[in-house]
Amino acid sequence: MVGILTYGVYIPRYRIQVKEIARVWGANAEEISGGLGVFEKSVPDLDEDTATIAVEAARYALARREVDPEAIGAVYVGSESHPYAVKPTACTVGEAIGATPHMTAADFEFACKAGTAGIQTCMGLVQSGIVPTGFAIGSDVAQGAPGDALEYTAAAGGAAFLIGNEDPIAVIHRTCSFTTDTPDFWRREGQDYPRHGGRFTGDPGYFRHVQGAAKLLLSQMGTSPEDYTYAVFHQPNAKFPRRVAQLLGFTDAQIRPGLVVPRLGNTYSGSSMIALAATLDVAAAGDRIFVTSFGSGAGSDSFDIQVTDAIESPDLFRRAAAPTVEELLKDPVYLDYAQYAKHKGKIVMQQ
Amino acid sequence: MRDVAVIGIGCTVFGEHWGSSFRDLFIQAGALALEDAGLSGEQIDAMYVGNMSAGRFIEQEHIGALIADYSGMATRHIPATRVEAACASGGLSFRQAVIAVASGMEDVVVAAGVEKMTDVGTGVSVDTLAGAADREWEGFVGATFPGLYAMIATDYMHRYPLTREQLAQVAVKNHFNGARNPIAQFQQEITVETVIRSSLVADPLRLFDCSPITDGAAAVIVAPLERAREFTDRFVKVRASAQASDTISLHDRADISRLDATVAAGRRALDSAGLSHRDIDLVEVHDCFTIAEICAIEDLGFCRKGDAGRLTEEGITALDGDLPVNTSGGLKACGHPVGATGIKQICEVVQQLRGEAGKRQVPGAEIGMTHNVGGTGATVAVHILEAI
Repeated sequence: MVGILTYGVYIPRYRIQVKEIARVWGANAEEISGGLGVFEKSVPDLDEDTATIAVEAARYALARREVDPEAIGAVYVGSESHPYAVKPTACTVGEAIGATPHMTAADFEFACKAGTAGIQTCMGLVQSGIVPTGFAIGSDVAQGAPGDALEYTAAAGGAAFLIGNEDPIAVIHRTCSFTTDTPDFWRREGQDYPRHGGRFTGDPGYFRHVQGAAKLLLSQMGTSPEDYTYAVFHQPNAKFPRRVAQLLGFTDAQIRPGLVVPRLGNTYSGSSMIALAATLDVAAAGDRIFVTSFGSGAGSDSFDIQVTDAIESPDLFRRAAAPTVEELLKDPVYLDYAQYAKHKGKIVMQQ
Repeated sequence: MRDVAVIGIGCTVFGEHWGSSFRDLFIQAGALALEDAGLSGEQIDAMYVGNMSAGRFIEQEHIGALIADYSGMATRHIPATRVEAACASGGLSFRQAVIAVASGMEDVVVAAGVEKMTDVGTGVSVDTLAGAADREWEGFVGATFPGLYAMIATDYMHRYPLTREQLAQVAVKNHFNGARNPIAQFQQEITVETVIRSSLVADPLRLFDCSPITDGAAAVIVAPLERAREFTDRFVKVRASAQASDTISLHDRADISRLDATVAAGRRALDSAGLSHRDIDLVEVHDCFTIAEICAIEDLGFCRKGDAGRLTEEGITALDGDLPVNTSGGLKACGHPVGATGIKQICEVVQQLRGEAGKRQVPGAEIGMTHNVGGTGATVAVHILEAI
């Protein structure tokens, strides 16, 4: 049955605190952190971008499981911060992990859910027998304009999931999506930073689509929230996933292992995938995980995932061979706003 | 001049109506008002609609015709007129309807107000609203409405003993009332601490000192008092309708802490009704900012200049006080769809006088006043309504 063969996460070590950003803009840090439930966010190093993060995550995934790189028939990288407008990140990643040249590759963009769209694509290719395994990666060095609300949360990180059907560590029972043309957040060609519709990204964006996909999957599976051990919802902040979990009938305990946003920020295409990885980090065989991503524009993908015995079988999978999300969040290096501006390339250098 | 009665009221929920358009909102409010009065559309002789800036908010002008059309009245060719006086558009729309009926020109007239503000971003909203001030002398040099009212608040607090806590109490009271009003945008009670710790907008005004950006519509139906009973037995008499103007820019005023148009309109309304302040059981004032409610209470003559903060702190203006102010939640908690606000104030007072205000009912309310301000006080409409 199709499922996850292995997974890996990469988060840059640098952080900036919400209160430091608020200090620069003369904003009320307490109100912002209280409202968003986010206290710090990850920042890439000077030489890190979506491609390097995707490569690190994929390499960590491969460290956990012995996989013949030749058997990787597809690499999809979802991001809203691909280094090139034209030239696929996925080829760089494929080359770096030794999967080229007998593979298909493409870059995906769907705001924060391009990575889970990659999982669905890989599921289709695997189930149809076109490829034996495929990598779905969500990776971002997310952009927030200086002083904009997004700057407090736009973070860097990524997760890679290898999808296949031989001894998966977790099977994916079913996936479904809920998609509409809703302009809640966008960035046009040539623009440096995305724009957004403020609170319009909430009810008509996030809440409508996450609930739409989640309810559809529950009804297709004939399940209810208490049938799941854990739940993961896209986390642009800590408030939205908590609220949507409550609206759908999931508990705080179910979403707790995956709720990494207070210490990580919103890693966009990486967000719900890192949250799923953090949940798999602590999951045991038999645990069932409900996942719903969200991407502005707008759509949500839901997944019904169940962990198998393979996760505890050292011959197949060694969780400890790569860092867990918790380990990646530990021991951060804090930057002040000036260093952050340098790391994010916001300082214009002399030519 | 004939006496005039309000025979029906209707109001949409105020808030961020992402799924409803400008026309959806006014159709909903109009239908509610017709239903409340037990009328059908064929019985309407004329319509007035208060709207500040559909041109900039939804890029639509010619609002009178639009409303007549989408209410199904264009084929009957009734007169339909847009009234604009910035945030006082609703109050003036009501006054035009009252004048039309009082004069004998028309019999059954709709006075509506509508604004759809969330189709544009905050920056465009703020700049559009700045058009209610003097664009050449104020807007072009960067003054926004929070900025102008902050100057009023700064001057006021320098001259009178108003404390930060007393100012915050205006918002606390209005949120308390809003939490008891099903159409209010904000349904949560807040504390003085909430206000004082909120983000600074324009010193000394903080986020919770300011009314929000809101979508909404309200409509009322007026008719000659002598005919009111033909339609309903739940009508309310219009005791007074007054309007006044003042300089459009703040710096041309002798005293920026006093809104002279409020003083003038308030005095005219009471004089024409032959009433005194003691006769007023409740008042809906224009609290676009907390400081505006403080000024309004004083400028309408309910207390001496400098005393409204203390009155608020002591609970005199609370729902169970001697002079309940903004039982609807005011602009602060109910929301402020600018063109609709003046009509919503009428709806609130009518509900109170009919004894239908539910959890926020002022017991035995017989006479109520509304106070609707355009800009920083360049236009003011004051109305007095009486239960029959």
